[in-house]
Amino acid sequence: MTQRVLIAEDERNIVESLRFVLSREGYEVSHALDGAEALALVRRETPDALVLDLMLPKLSGYDVLKELRADEMTRALPILMLTAKGQSHDRQAAEDLGVDAFMTKPFANSDVVAQVARLLGNDAG
Amino acid sequence: MDIRQLALLAAIGFAGLLFLIAFLCDREGRPRWLTSPIVYTLSISIYCTSWTFYGAVGSAARNGLEYLTIYLGPTLVFVGFWALLRKILRIAKRDSITSIADFISSRYGKSDSVAAVVTVLALLAAAPYIALQIKAIAGSFQVLGSAPEDLTGVAAASPDPVVAFWITAGLALFTILFGTRTIDINERHFGVVAAIAVEALVKLVALVAVGALAIWGVADGPADLFARMEASAVPLDAPFGMRWVGLILLSGAAIICLPRQFQVAIVENEREGHLFTAAWLFPLYLLVMSLFVLPIAVMGLDVLPSGSNPDMFVLTMPIAAGRTDIALLAFLGGFSSGTSMVIVSCIALSTMISNHLVMPLALRAPGMRLQGGGDVRRFLLLSRRFSICFILLLGFVYLRTGATGEGLASIGLIAFAGATQVLPALLGALYWEGANRRGAVVGLAAGGIVWAYTLFLPNILSGVAWWDAVAMAGPFGLDWLRPGALFGLETGDALMHALFWSLAFNALGLVVGSLSRLPTPIERVQAALFVGVFREGADEGTLRGGDASADQLFDLAQRVMGADRAYDIFRNYARARGQVTEFPLVDDAFIGHLERRMAASVGAASARAMILSVTGSETISLDELVQIADETARLMTYTTEITKKSDEIERAATQLKAANERLRSLDRQKDEFLSQVSHELRTPMTSIRSFTEILSGTPDLAPDEREHFIEIIHAESIRLTGLLDEILDMSVVESGDMERALEPVNPEIALGQAIDACLGLLRTGDVRLEVARVEGAVTVEGNLARLSQVFINILSNAIKYNTSPAPVITIESRVEGAEYVVVIGDNGAGVPAGEAQSIFEKFSRGRSAGAHTGAGLGLSISHAIVTRSGGTLRLLPSAGGARFEVRLPMLASEAEPLA
Repeated sequence: MTQRVLIAEDERNIVESLRFVLSREGYEVSHALDGAEALALVRRETPDALVLDLMLPKLSGYDVLKELRADEMTRALPILMLTAKGQSHDRQAAEDLGVDAFMTKPFANSDVVAQVARLLGNDAG
Repeated sequence: MDIRQLALLAAIGFAGLLFLIAFLCDREGRPRWLTSPIVYTLSISIYCTSWTFYGAVGSAARNGLEYLTIYLGPTLVFVGFWALLRKILRIAKRDSITSIADFISSRYGKSDSVAAVVTVLALLAAAPYIALQIKAIAGSFQVLGSAPEDLTGVAAASPDPVVAFWITAGLALFTILFGTRTIDINERHFGVVAAIAVEALVKLVALVAVGALAIWGVADGPADLFARMEASAVPLDAPFGMRWVGLILLSGAAIICLPRQFQVAIVENEREGHLFTAAWLFPLYLLVMSLFVLPIAVMGLDVLPSGSNPDMFVLTMPIAAGRTDIALLAFLGGFSSGTSMVIVSCIALSTMISNHLVMPLALRAPGMRLQGGGDVRRFLLLSRRFSICFILLLGFVYLRTGATGEGLASIGLIAFAGATQVLPALLGALYWEGANRRGAVVGLAAGGIVWAYTLFLPNILSGVAWWDAVAMAGPFGLDWLRPGALFGLETGDALMHALFWSLAFNALGLVVGSLSRLPTPIERVQAALFVGVFREGADEGTLRGGDASADQLFDLAQRVMGADRAYDIFRNYARARGQVTEFPLVDDAFIGHLERRMAASVGAASARAMILSVTGSETISLDELVQIADETARLMTYTTEITKKSDEIERAATQLKAANERLRSLDRQKDEFLSQVSHELRTPMTSIRSFTEILSGTPDLAPDEREHFIEIIHAESIRLTGLLDEILDMSVVESGDMERALEPVNPEIALGQAIDACLGLLRTGDVRLEVARVEGAVTVEGNLARLSQVFINILSNAIKYNTSPAPVITIESRVEGAEYVVVIGDNGAGVPAGEAQSIFEKFSRGRSAGAHTGAGLGLSISHAIVTRSGGTLRLLPSAGGARFEVRLPMLASEAEPLA
C-alpha cells in the first residue's frame, strides 16, 4: 500500500520541491499551507508521516505538534520538523515536545528522503 | 391604669417604633436624611447614657460642678482634636476597619493577639457600664411603681433582681433583632443609626422638659432658682484640681476609645465632612444636656424628702410636682439613653468578640472547616448573637456581684478608666512610627492589669473576705502592693490613683516594649500607612507574597461575603481596570483590595489569615524587603526638607532605568533581527538548493518541468538579492549616513515615479486607482530616489495585501499649512488592531501577511527615510482598509500656490 506524507509548509516553492522529491520515492503527497489546515488534514486524511515547518501562519509548528501529541489518535504520528531558524534552543524545544526528526533549512533532498524513510520504517530494506 | 403599666406600655410601644424606623431605613435603601451630618452627630450622643441622663444630677447633688468634666472632655476633643478624629477616620475608611480592636490590631501588624487583648479589656470595661444601664432602667421602673407618697427612689439603688433580669433579657432580644437582623454583616447599621438618632432627640427633649419644669414649675423662674441655689446643699465651691483634670482626660479618651463611640463616630461614619458638623454640633448638644442638670439637682434637694436618691431626681421630681406626663417622658428619655448605649455597645463588642476571639480560634481549629467549605457568614452571625447574650449576661452578673451601692457616675468612671487603657496604643498607632506589636501588647496588658487590680476588682470583690484582707495589708503581706495605694501612693481617690498607675505602666510598656525589638516588615508597612495616612500615595504600599488563582480567591470571598457580593467585587474591580474578563487579574493590588473588603466583615487580622490560607505565603522575599525599605524611606523623606533632593535622585534613577530598559530592548531587537535575517535568507536558499539538486539529480526530467524549476530558482535568487539590498539599505538609512545627500526636491515627482513603477502590479491585480494630487510645485528637503522608494513601498503593500474582490487604491496629496501630505489608502482588510503598533518595526510582516514575499523591512526603511527628511510616516486610524500618511515639512520660500 502506498504510504502517505503530508507537508505543512507556507512557502509554495518549498512545498513544490518536497512534493517532487517525495513523490518520486513513491509516497502519496498532500500539503497544507498553514497550521490550522495541517491539523485538519492530519485528522481527516490520517497520513503516515508529517513534514512540519516551524514558522507557520495561524498556528505555529509548535502548536500543531502540541495538539497532535495531546490527541490519542495522532500521538504516534511520525513527524519531521523543518526550521529556517536553526537555533539550538528551537531543536531542544521541538524534541521536548516529542518530534521524531528535526532538520534545518536549507536541507539536502537526500537527507529529507532518508529521514522520512527512517520514520516510516523503510530504511532497512 | 397605673403609671407603671403605662410606662411599660410606653416602653414597648417606643421600642416597637424604633424597630420600625430601623426596619424601614434598612429596607428603603437609606433615605436622604439619614446620610445627613445631623444624624451622624445625634448618633454620637449615645455618649450620654442613662448615667448622664439620671446620674449627672446625682453627681451634681453629691459633688457639685464635677459632673461638668464628663461633658468637657468630649467637647475639648471635638473642638480641639478633630484632626485626630479625622486621621482615624481616614485610615478606618481606607482599611474597612470594623472596630477599635480591629484598628489597633491592624496598625500593629494585623496581629490577632493585639486585637484579642483590646477585646478582653473592652469587654471587662463594658460589664460595669452595661450593668449601669440595666440598673438605671430597672430602677426607673421601680420608682414609677413605688407608692405615691414614697418618692425617695432609694429602693431603686439596688434593683429587684427579677425586674433586672427581664430587662436584661429584653435588651438582648432587642439588640439581636436590631444589630444582627440582616445577614449582610459587613454592611453598616443604617437602621440602628437612625433609631439611636431618634433616641438622642427623645432624651434631649425629656431632659429639657424636666429642666424647664424645675425652673418654671417647681421654682418660680430663674431668679427664685438662683436664690435657692445659694442656700442649697449642692456643694458649689470650685472643683478645679487634679481630679478635675483627670476626669476631663478620662471622658476625652472615652469619646474615642469606648467601643461604642468608635462604632458610631468612625465605623458608621458616612462622610469625612460630617466630622466638621459634629465638631460644633456635638458640643452644643452636650451643652444643652448639661444646662439643666444643676437646676434639677438644686430643686430636687429642695423639694423632695431628705434622703431621696439624687440619681432618680429626673424621675421623682416631676412625680412630686404632679406632672405624670413629664415623668413618663423622662422615663422614655432614660429608657432611650440606656437602650441606645446597650444596643451599640453590644453590636460593637459582639463584632470584636466574634472577629478577634472566636474567628482566630475557629481558623485554627481543624474541625471548623472554615478553610474548606463552611459558610463563614452564618457562623459569624451566630457567634455575634451568642456574643450579645454573653455581654449582657456579663453585665447582669456584674450588677448582682458589683458594689451596687455606689452612685451611677462612679460605676461609669470605672468603665471609662478601662476603656482609656487603649489610648496609649491608639496615640502610638497614629503618631509614633516606632511603636510596634510587642509594645502594644505589653502596654495594653500592663495597663489593663493595673486597672483591674486597683479599680475593677476592688469594685466587684469589695466585701469578700480574702480580698478585703489583700486590700488592707497587700498581697502576701506586701504593703507596697496594696491595690488602694500602689507603691505607697496614698491619694484617697481610688479613681485617680488607678488612672495614674495604669496609664503610667501602660505608656511605659508601650515605649519599652516597642524599643526592645525591631518591628517586623508588616509592622513597618502598617506603621507607615497609619502614621503617614495623609501622605501622598500612602495607600498603595500593601505587602504581599505568594500567589493564588482568581477562582480560589473567589471561593474564599463568597464564603465570607456571599456569592453575589463577592461577584460584584471581582467584576467591578476588573471593570474599573478595563479588563474584559469576569475575574480580574490576580496581582498584589487586587489581593490587597480583596483583603480590605473582607476585613470589613471579619477584621484585618482574620482577613489576612484567610487570604494567607489561600495565597499560602507569609514569608517575605528579599525583593519585598527591599521594596518595603524603599517605600518606608520614600515616605519618610517626604516630611523632611530633602524632599527636593530625593526627587532629583529619583528622577535620575528613573532616567537611568529607562535608558537601561532601552538598551536591553535594543539588544533584544538585535538578537531578534539576526534571527529574522537568518530565517528570511534561509527560506529562498532552501528552494534554490532543493531545486538545484533536483535538476542535477534527475536526468529524466520533462523539459517543461525543467523550465519551471529553473524559473523558480531564478525568482528566488532575485528575492535573495532584494533581501540583501533591503538589509543593506536598512543599515545605511538607520546609521543616517546615506551616500545621497539631502537637497530641495519636488516630492510630487517622486510620487509620480512611484505610481509609474507600480503600474504593472496594478494591472495584474486589476486594481482601480483613484488619484487626487496637489497642483503646482512643492519643495521639500529630501532625496528623490529615497522618497520614491517610500511611495513605492506603501503603494506596493497596498496592492499586495489588498484582499478585496474589487480592489481600490486612493492616492491623495495636498498642502496643509507648511506641510506636504500624501495619504495612500486601500479597501483591503486593513491592519489588525494588534499589529498597528509594531507595523514599522523590522520584519513586522509577521503573522497575518501570509505567504507574501519581502522581508518586512520595507515600512521600517520608509519610516527611517521620512524621519530623516524631518517628516512623519504613520498609519491613520480608519474603519476599513489601511491608510498611510506621509507628512513632510516644506521649504517655506519655494512653496508656490499654483502652476
